[in-house]
Amino acid sequence: MTLVLNRIDDRLIHGQVVVGWGQPLDVRFIVLVDDLVAASDWEKELYRMGVPPEMEVRFHSAAEAAPRLDTYRTEPHPGILLTGDIATMRELVLHGGVREVNVGGIHHRAGRRQYLRYVFLTADEQRALREVAALGALVTAQDVPAARAIPLEEMLASGEVGS
Amino acid sequence: MAGHADFAAGVVSAVELITGHGDRLIPIQVHGLCGEDIQALLRERLAETGARVIFTDLQAGSCTMAARRLLRDHTQVVLVSGTNLPMLLDFVMSSAPSPHDAARAAVERARSAIAAYGGPA
Repeated sequence: MTLVLNRIDDRLIHGQVVVGWGQPLDVRFIVLVDDLVAASDWEKELYRMGVPPEMEVRFHSAAEAAPRLDTYRTEPHPGILLTGDIATMRELVLHGGVREVNVGGIHHRAGRRQYLRYVFLTADEQRALREVAALGALVTAQDVPAARAIPLEEMLASGEVGS
Repeated sequence: MAGHADFAAGVVSAVELITGHGDRLIPIQVHGLCGEDIQALLRERLAETGARVIFTDLQAGSCTMAARRLLRDHTQVVLVSGTNLPMLLDFVMSSAPSPHDAARAAVERARSAIAAYGGPA
């Protein structure tokens, strides 16, 4: 199997990831790529305690993760690649061979505009997502498996209509 | 009581219906909030109300993660995850000397209230 989902989600490990995606995809490991989390034992322990015993979490900084992704793709069980922001995923598209990106949750914060119930973006973040797509990755938004995967441009257009 | 979608409001309304003590719980909904905002919201509610127990629904949920971060500087607060209705009923009806004792007793009560009946053997 391989990395079955490459997800941007600012909540990192939470219910939708562990239960919503993790159970139907029989996910056995999560590669969590975040510079701050990777540098903090306390943060790592927090996220490790959030997953069931059959699921393993591996932590990396963005720089560490990119060269390791090919190895993760040869693991016998399915895994999820998870970043907390667009910039980190962009690095993994550029240097780690990621070709499909799932926008799973970028939530409300000052300066962000709403595009979907679970996607809020600043103008810079909107541009960054388009850049990721321009690098050759298929970018869609989808919070849970039962929902439709919404193509990037459709999502961005829905925000423009609503503004 | 913080949880996914309308879980908190729903379970607190059930506590109110059954005991009339729904006002002992504060339902918190976190639709569309990032982890930091959830943490800020919980922090605000704790400061406003002096609550000593945070109940959450799912162990890996974002409310639980946010609450666990808060525990670092709220050492007097107890966090309980996996909340169900029997747990909250036991908690609001408790005569335990402290909210912490009430919460711990409610966890045990909730565990014993889970069962499956019928179906093929």
